[in-house]
Amino acid sequence: MAHYFKSVLTVLAARGLQAIIVSVIVGIVSFAMMQALPGDAAFRIAAGRYGYDMMDAAAAEAVRLELGLDAPWFVQLWGWLGQLAQFDLGNSLVYGTPVVDEIATQLGYSLLLAGGAVAASLMIALPVGIATGLNPNSLLDRICMGLSIFLRAVPAFALGVVLVLIFAVQLKLFPVAGFRGIENLILPSFTLGIGLAAVSNRVVRDAVVDAMNSDWQLFARTKGLSARLTLTRHVLRNAALPVVTYVGVQLAYLIEGVVIVETVFAWPGIGHALVHAIFGRDIAMVQGTALTLGLLYVALNLCVDLACRGIDPRERAL
Amino acid sequence: MQQTNAIQSPHAQTRLPKQPIAKVLGFGLVTGLAIAAIGGPDLIGVDPAKQSLLATLSPPSLTHPLGTDHLGRDMAARLLSGAQLSLSLALLSVLTAGLPGTILGVTSAWFGGWTDRLLGAFADAVLAMPGLLLVLMLAAIAPGSWWALYAGISLTLWVEYFRYTRQRARIILADPSVEASRLLGLGPWLLVRRHLIPEIGPGLLTIAAFGAATAVTAVAALGFVNVGVRPPTAEWGVMMTELLPYWREAPFLILQPVACLVITVLALHLSVGGLRRS
Repeated sequence: MAHYFKSVLTVLAARGLQAIIVSVIVGIVSFAMMQALPGDAAFRIAAGRYGYDMMDAAAAEAVRLELGLDAPWFVQLWGWLGQLAQFDLGNSLVYGTPVVDEIATQLGYSLLLAGGAVAASLMIALPVGIATGLNPNSLLDRICMGLSIFLRAVPAFALGVVLVLIFAVQLKLFPVAGFRGIENLILPSFTLGIGLAAVSNRVVRDAVVDAMNSDWQLFARTKGLSARLTLTRHVLRNAALPVVTYVGVQLAYLIEGVVIVETVFAWPGIGHALVHAIFGRDIAMVQGTALTLGLLYVALNLCVDLACRGIDPRERAL
Repeated sequence: MQQTNAIQSPHAQTRLPKQPIAKVLGFGLVTGLAIAAIGGPDLIGVDPAKQSLLATLSPPSLTHPLGTDHLGRDMAARLLSGAQLSLSLALLSVLTAGLPGTILGVTSAWFGGWTDRLLGAFADAVLAMPGLLLVLMLAAIAPGSWWALYAGISLTLWVEYFRYTRQRARIILADPSVEASRLLGLGPWLLVRRHLIPEIGPGLLTIAAFGAATAVTAVAALGFVNVGVRPPTAEWGVMMTELLPYWREAPFLILQPVACLVITVLALHLSVGGLRRS
């Protein structure tokens, strides 16, 4: 048991380090964005504070002194990262509201979409993967293989556009965009879910094939267990580990997909906010949203790590 | 007995699925796309930015084989121009990512120790975030410029070459066959040429093809969300955004850049054998 806690601690430490790296990268890139903005930062901030008509060169100089804007860039960068380390994300340059408040409302929507996408992908990948895994090299298997290769080549936003044109615009089954109710969740979830399932159904299939070819599967059958019980008690549990591990591999695709698909469907989440903030040069929002997405990625990875330890008793014993 | 075995078949364990038809098809498509991208714009000879507001959203005709967009610009010329942009940016970033990535990977495996640890940490830092998020952030430093896009894509893509090469080279360099050629006094270049390149070459090609597909997708995705290449440049993602409002009048127009993108990515995937990555 002590070993188990030790291994969990190792995982926590590694993911904690990753979280710090993400924060530093996001901080540095946001700082670079700030530096790359045209014009004098002191004048810009003074104009933001006192209004464009009320400020003058003296006010700008006062701001420059107060904020240390004449310091060398690495001193400023240090200060910038220091603020970030205190979770001070500042105010949105466009809306004037604290970035944290904006993100707090958006995060729920993004998590909802990510959850919907994973659910949709499992709804497709599990039945398809188990069916093809139990009948490898059958006609069904080959068709699914071809479909998987094709769907993997379709980028999420292209798929989103096609699904909107078919299901929302032509058939009018679902709303086109925005968020008014749970029916808005279906199209974006399946847009992302199909992309995820395109690969994961093959992983499920391979895991089932491996489990069906194993010695312990043969033993379970030989000792008199029915095919159904062997499948549900032994095969699927053993096949679950590679599948859950693979969900971890797909997290990067999921986060990237959330950013793009939210924009396609005007979903009020963090990815949509990030893209808007980049377009509007709202650097505080860019930093806050990118940081949240990066940390979300780390947190979900941590969940997958722990889930793998939960499923596989050998991991616990180590 | 064991040693002779090891020398005769050094670390031959690459298991690529055999899909010759798909590979040939994919390779043919990639070649065709490349030729179209290189020669197409000149062959058509129509300026992709030339508007004619009297002939907007027109269906395919003799003068405009694929129709015209909402500003009366020739779709065929724009798609080809977009192909040129996407494919050259993809090729450029694959080269910029592949060469240093591979060389650093071999360096890392060769020297080990602190070199290995430092380079490994750098690679881990790049992988700490989803790739597209990093590209998006870097592109945001200078929105609308192609070089920020190119730098971002290359920076995220090199890691795959590095990690693959490092892992494979580590195994190969520890192999008895390599030890034998070292004992024979053969130099490092021969080692690289005779042992490393034949072993890691095919895997690198796979990574390059998938990397090119990732680059094409990223360029279009960022163009689509208005962060990458900006209008009036003809780029597939930008064209999709521009044509989306006109789906009702001209559904065939919006589907053209979508089809181009899907065919390109599919061709690149197929050219190295489809779904499985080595």
